[in-house]
Amino acid sequence: MTATGIGAPVKRKEDQRFITGKGQYTDDINRQGQAYAVFVRSPHAHAALKNIDLSAALTSPGCLGAFTGADLAADKVGTLICGWMIHSKDGSPMKAGAHPALAQGKVRYVGDHVAVVIGETLNAAKDAAEKVSVEYEALPAVTDLAGAQSSGQAQIHAEAANNTVYQWHLGDKAAVAAAFASARHVTKIDLINNRLIPNAIEPRAAIGEYDAGNDSLTLYTTSQNPHVTRLVLAAFIGLAPEHKLRVIAPDVGGGFGSKIFIYAEETVCLWAARKIGRPVKWTGDRSEAFLADAHGRDHVTKAELAVDANGKILGLRASTKANLGGYLSTFASSVPTYLYAPLLSGQYDIPAIYCEVDGVYTNTAPVDAYRGAGRPEATFVVERLVEVAARQIGMDPAEFRRLNFIKSFPHQTPVIMAYDVGDYEACLDKALELADYKGLAARKAESAKKGLKRGLGFSAYIEACGIAPSQAVGSLGAGVGLWESAEVRVNPTGSVEVLTGSHSHGQGHETTFAQLVSQRLGIPIEQVTVVHGDTDKVQFGMGTYGSRSGAVGMSAIFRAIDKVIVKAKKVAGFVLEVPEDSVDFNDGIFSSKATNKTLTFPEVALQAYIAHKFTGAQLEPGLKEGAFFDPTNFTFPSGVHICELEIDPATGATRIERWTAVDDFGTLVNPMIVEGQVHGGIVQGVGQALLEGAVYNKDGQLVTASFMDYTMPRASDVPSFKVAMTSTPCPSNPLGIKGCGEAGAIAAPAAVINAITDALGHEGVAMPATPQAVWRAANTSAQKLAAE
Amino acid sequence: MFSLFRKGKKPAEPAPAAQSAAAPAAADSAERKPTTTASGGRMVKINLTVNGKPVSADIDARTLLVQLLRENLRLTGTHVGCDTSQCGACVVHLDGRAVKSCTTLAASCDAAKVVTIEGLAQGGKLHPMQEAFREHHGLQCGFCTPGMIMAAVDIVARRGGRVSEEVVRADLEGNICRCTGYHNIVAAVLAGAAAMSAAGTAKPQAAE
Repeated sequence: MTATGIGAPVKRKEDQRFITGKGQYTDDINRQGQAYAVFVRSPHAHAALKNIDLSAALTSPGCLGAFTGADLAADKVGTLICGWMIHSKDGSPMKAGAHPALAQGKVRYVGDHVAVVIGETLNAAKDAAEKVSVEYEALPAVTDLAGAQSSGQAQIHAEAANNTVYQWHLGDKAAVAAAFASARHVTKIDLINNRLIPNAIEPRAAIGEYDAGNDSLTLYTTSQNPHVTRLVLAAFIGLAPEHKLRVIAPDVGGGFGSKIFIYAEETVCLWAARKIGRPVKWTGDRSEAFLADAHGRDHVTKAELAVDANGKILGLRASTKANLGGYLSTFASSVPTYLYAPLLSGQYDIPAIYCEVDGVYTNTAPVDAYRGAGRPEATFVVERLVEVAARQIGMDPAEFRRLNFIKSFPHQTPVIMAYDVGDYEACLDKALELADYKGLAARKAESAKKGLKRGLGFSAYIEACGIAPSQAVGSLGAGVGLWESAEVRVNPTGSVEVLTGSHSHGQGHETTFAQLVSQRLGIPIEQVTVVHGDTDKVQFGMGTYGSRSGAVGMSAIFRAIDKVIVKAKKVAGFVLEVPEDSVDFNDGIFSSKATNKTLTFPEVALQAYIAHKFTGAQLEPGLKEGAFFDPTNFTFPSGVHICELEIDPATGATRIERWTAVDDFGTLVNPMIVEGQVHGGIVQGVGQALLEGAVYNKDGQLVTASFMDYTMPRASDVPSFKVAMTSTPCPSNPLGIKGCGEAGAIAAPAAVINAITDALGHEGVAMPATPQAVWRAANTSAQKLAAE
Repeated sequence: MFSLFRKGKKPAEPAPAAQSAAAPAAADSAERKPTTTASGGRMVKINLTVNGKPVSADIDARTLLVQLLRENLRLTGTHVGCDTSQCGACVVHLDGRAVKSCTTLAASCDAAKVVTIEGLAQGGKLHPMQEAFREHHGLQCGFCTPGMIMAAVDIVARRGGRVSEEVVRADLEGNICRCTGYHNIVAAVLAGAAAMSAAGTAKPQAAE
C-alpha cells in the first residue's frame, strides 16, 4: 500500500471547495436570461381536474407563461416511466397507469403537479402561480395501505383493479409449507416498515436551456445518474434526440436514492425552456421535497419462521403489501420485489423460503428506492424473526444466529442469490468482543438500579450490491443494463483524467478513484482528476446507487488502466529499444531485463504523444483507453451491528449507549471514507427506528411535511460509533470490493428495535419507537398490547 | 414588540430607482414604478459589510439575507436546505453571532457586518475549523458543511473553547446533516475547538 493508494485513509480532494463555499450545486448556477418556474400543486389527494383557468396568471406582472398537462400532451411529450417490468404470479404484466409530468384529468396525491408558471423573477412566478384557478372535484382518497385493495375503495388508476399493480411471488410455496408442517416451533410476527422521506439536505433543482442555433437542449439537474436521465428524457419522454441533449449533474448535495429518478420538474423545465426561448430554473423548497420527492419503504408484512427441535431454521414465509404511491416512480416496481425478497435468506442457511408481495397504489407520493432499497425491509423481517424466535425457544440470540449461519461458500439460497464469499462468524465474534457482550448482564443490573431498562439488539445483515450483472437483471425485468464505464485519458505530461459514469454526491469518488489510478500508474494523486456528471464529457454511465460505484465503477477504471498499461508498455518498448513483452511496469517505472535504462510513466506518456520512436504503421499515437465493466455476480457485503440502549420508563426516552458495527466490505479503498459511510447509514437507520415516519391523514394530507413535523436525526440523538471491519475480498471484481454505502441503513433498524424489545421484555413496539410509543410500551403489559 | 429591524437601527428609507452595482441581476419588467418591484414589492436601500467589503444594495424589502448573499452578491457558499429555519445550511455570522440567513430580512442588516463561509479563511489560510472538517472527514456531500462550519466556529467562540462531545452535540441542534451521522462532524468540531484555543481565537467574536 502506498500513502495514497488502495487502503490508505487519504484526505478528500473535493473537500477544499466544499469547506470554502466554492462547491457548485445546481441552484448555484445561473444562466443568462433565466426565468423561474413555480409549480401549482394539488391540495387534494385524489380529485378530478374539472377546469384550470390560467388567464389571471398570464396577465400577472412578470409572468412569461403558464402551462398545463394539456400543453405537454399537445406537444406529444411522453409520460414519466417505470423502468422495471414485474410480472404477477399469474404471469400477467404489472398494471401501471400513466404518469404525466403535469396532471391530466386527475390528481393522485397532495403535491401532484397541476400546472407550471414561468416568471421573470421567482417572486413574479410565485405571484402568478397564486392566480391559477383550478376547479377540483374531490374524490375519496385511498391512504391506508393495508386496506387499499378492498373492493369498496376508490380506484386510483383505471388500469389497476383494486389499486393492485402486481401480485408477485418468489420461492417454492409447497416446500415452505412442508417445512412449516414439520417444524417444532413457529415464530410469527406482524411488521410495519415505516414510510420515510429521504431529505437530502440539498433540495432537488433543475435548469433547462434551449440553444436555438444548434437546436439542442441542456439540463442542469440534481441527479445521481445524468446519463440515465438523458436516456429517459430522450428515448421515452421524447424532449430531444439523445445527441441533442446534454445533462449536467454538478455537485449534488446528497441523494440516498431520491435523486436517481426522472421527475416531473426537470422534464417540465426542459420542455418549457424551448417553449419560451429562455433558460428555466426551478429550485424545490423543503415543503416540495416532502410532498413530491419519492418516499421510501412503507411495507406491511406478516412473516413466519419455522424452527426444528435443535434450533435450526427450516423455512421462512413472508407476505408483504408494498405502498407504491399514486404513480410508479422510475424504479418503484423493483424495490419491494427483486431488491427485497432475494435478501430474505439473510446470513442463514434456510432451506425453503417463500415470499409474496402485492404492489399497491395509494393517494400518496410515489415510493421508490431510498438508501438500501428493499434490503433494509428484508433485513428487518429476517432479523426481527430470528431475534424473536431465539427468545421464544430460549436460546441466546447470538448463538441462535451462529447456529444458523451459512458456513460454506459459495452458497445458493432458495431465492435467486448465490453468495460468493463471507465469514459471518468472524464478524459476530469481533462484534461480541468489541461490544463486551459478556458484560451486558452487569450493565443491565447497573441500569436497573437507576430505574432504567437496558437492552441489547443484534442485526446480522446481508445485502446484495454491485448492482448488477446486466444479463441477470434483464432476465428479472430491468429495462437497462447495469455495467459501468470508464475512460482513462493520459496527458502528454503524464497527468491523468479519469472519466467515469459513476456520480459522486458525497461518496468521495474524486479521491477514491484517484487513489486507484495513483497506485496503479505510480503517479502522485495530485496528478489525477476525476471527471463525472456531464453527458458531454463522459460517454455513458449508469450512475451511483446500490453501493455500486466501487465494485462496478472502479472496476471499469481498473480495466481501462489495464489497457493503458498494455499500450504504455508498447511505447516503452520502442523507446527502450527492447521487445515489448520484456517490459515490466512497477511503481510508475518501466524497465526491461534487456536494458539497464528505465522510463517513468510521464516520460512514456510524452513519448506516446510525440510519437518519434515508432511509426504510424507500428503503433497508434496517444494514450487513452476506455472500458465497460459488467459484473458477473452481485456482491454480498455483510456484518453484525449491535445496539445497546437505555430506556427511561418514566419518560419513554431512549438513549443509545453503545453502537458496535463490524462489517465485511471486502477490500477497502479508503477506510476513512468507508467508516464515514457506515456512520451516516447507521444514523439513517436509527432515524427510521426511533424518529422518522411520514404520516398521511385519512384525507391524504401529509401531516409530516416539514422539518418541524418530521423528526430528522440530529447530533444529540445519536452517540459516536465503534466501527470495525473484517474482510473476505469479493471474487467477482478485480479489486475485491463489496460496497459500503447502504450497510448502516440496512442493519440499524432491526438492531434498535431488537434492543428496545430486549429492554422492555416484550415485542410490542413498532417503528418509529418515539418516546411516546416507548413510554406506552414500557407502561403497558404485553398481554394488553397484544389484545389491542 | 416584534420588529423586523434590529435594536438601535432605524428602518431604511425607500430607495430611489437608481440601481447600484449589487442590485438584482434578474430583469424586472420595464414599466415598474420607481420604488416598487415588478410584483409590487417595496424597495429599500441598505449598506453593510460582507466579508470585510462594503456592499450597497437596492433590494425588494422582502429579500432575505440569504437571497442577498446568493443572488445579488453571488456568494453561493451559503445554502438553503429548508424553509423553516431548521436545517442550518444557511448559517452566517451577523455582527459576530451565528444567524440563519434564510429567516433574516436583508433590510434588517443595514450597517451590519456579515461573514460567510467565503470570508472565513484569512490571508489565503484556512480557518482552523475548516482544516478540522477536512482532517476529520466531517463532510460528505458538502451541502450542510458551510452552515456547520459557521455554526461550529460560533459554538467554540461563544463557549470560550470549553466544549465537550455532549456540548457540541447539544449545540448543533440547529444544524442537520443527512450524510455523516454526525460522528465525524463532532470529532471535527472538537479538534477545531482545540486548534482555535491554541490560536487564541476561541472567544466571542467582536462585532468588528
